[in-house]
Amino acid sequence: MTSLPPASDVKLGLVIDLDICVGCHACVVNCKEWNTAGYGAPLADSNPYGKNPSGSWLNRIHTFEAGHGAEAKVVHFPKSCLHCEDAPCVTVCPTGASYKRAEDGIVLVNEDHCIGCGLCAWACPYGAREMDPAEGVMKKCTLCVDRIYNTHLEEEDRIPACVRTCPTSARHFGDLGDPESEVSQLVAARGGFDLMPEQGTKPVNKYLPPRPRQSVTADEVDLVAMAKKTTPGGFWKWLDQSLDRLPG
Amino acid sequence: MRPAASLIIFTTLSGLGFGLASLIGFGLITATSPKWVMIHGVISLGLIGAGVISSTVHLGHPERAWRALSQWRSSWLSREGVLAALTVLVLAIYFADHLYHGVPRVWLGAVVGILSVLTVIATAMIYASLKTVARWHNALTPVVFVLLSLAGGVVAAAALSALEGMDGTVALTRLGLITVVLAMIIKTLWWLTAGASGSGSTPESATGLGSLGEVRLLMSPHSEENWLQHEMGFQIARKHSHRLAWISLILAAGVPILIMGLYPSSATLLVVAALVHLFGVMVERWLFFAEAKHTVTLFYGARH
Repeated sequence: MTSLPPASDVKLGLVIDLDICVGCHACVVNCKEWNTAGYGAPLADSNPYGKNPSGSWLNRIHTFEAGHGAEAKVVHFPKSCLHCEDAPCVTVCPTGASYKRAEDGIVLVNEDHCIGCGLCAWACPYGAREMDPAEGVMKKCTLCVDRIYNTHLEEEDRIPACVRTCPTSARHFGDLGDPESEVSQLVAARGGFDLMPEQGTKPVNKYLPPRPRQSVTADEVDLVAMAKKTTPGGFWKWLDQSLDRLPG
Repeated sequence: MRPAASLIIFTTLSGLGFGLASLIGFGLITATSPKWVMIHGVISLGLIGAGVISSTVHLGHPERAWRALSQWRSSWLSREGVLAALTVLVLAIYFADHLYHGVPRVWLGAVVGILSVLTVIATAMIYASLKTVARWHNALTPVVFVLLSLAGGVVAAAALSALEGMDGTVALTRLGLITVVLAMIIKTLWWLTAGASGSGSTPESATGLGSLGEVRLLMSPHSEENWLQHEMGFQIARKHSHRLAWISLILAAGVPILIMGLYPSSATLLVVAALVHLFGVMVERWLFFAEAKHTVTLFYGARH
């Protein structure tokens, strides 16, 4: 059924810290690695070693520059499915292949029912869905549904591949429906926000803003002034003067 | 948005087919001999069928297309599929019944007419319901689709009527003039309103970084174009879009208006008018896709 289920109490999702992400793409690579071997058809590439390589990925990192001049900031920006509460990609699906799980809110695609019409990708404001070039079905982040409940894995591995691999701990996984959960606390403490709230999709995933820069006074960064301030004395003064006296 | 040939051919051919079917259904053109009932049937069902077959070309799995009939409760694409299948079924029954009894069944025709218009509305709503494409998310979008479908239907009906040598041809060309002019007035209004409307989203709202200032893409996530950009990042030069808009107006409205106004009963010229109109609507539909911007482009350097 592509009608949305009643809102679930459990809302599994990611919290991504834009202050910490260094843009290393490790999460992108591990996502591709896990998902090409895990749930559903492999995540195919087309012409990977040729002139115009392309392929389906479930997680991509854009890098933005925000602001101007000395205050400008470079922000690495990982983007994957936000598992929206009002997911437009689900309701537009004509076959029922695209669905949102009632029990934990994860948005998935039943690849055996997908006709590859692409309408869900048109309905998603974020570009979170990509057509698989080999299989002709829609691919999207599964929140590693085949890891997080997988009792064959060690406890610490039962989190999405992107979260597991992030070397800077910029990605957090948890239940955003529970206000007491670690991720919810993080969102509350850091002022976590939604992407494109005006689209009315109510994303579950939240982003944490870059922390404000520590203020620096002008003369602290004025290196010339700093150099002038510190005139040498003692041995260094003697050496300086002696060297000045030498011919040449 | 990428102007996929399969979708342009589908929406224009089936639009014309459903337009003609509603004209036939509402009794504005009625074949007088079994041979012409067959011709009406072959042309209307053929146009719809060719369109539907073309629409399956862009699917990754056409063999599963029947599944698309299941989610009519939430999906306009599914509703379109259900309505199109119903219309084709009832239309075929209508023609068979007409052939068998020699006279058309009026209530069955009315059902055909209503179903045809509803199908075109459903097609348009697939696009009009997408908040992500501001240009399409417009109340006039379904009106444009229905009027262009009906306009094509009337011009085609006038051509068929002239070919059959019926009395009502001139009345149909008069109706054609009115419908074509009306369709183009609404389409022009659409161009003016839809062209001015934005999605309300910006790179700042897309990234949530607006509080830091203007947001610019510094590095793309990948070196080559990906599927999202191929599918939704299609760009067209502005000067070309203006030229093409004029070309579509001249072909879809100008030429048919001249022909219907000057030669209201010339079978050959009315056939030309119908074909030129169809080509004009194809140009219009190409622009409908090509000029539409998707919010995903905001993550790839687009400003609005």
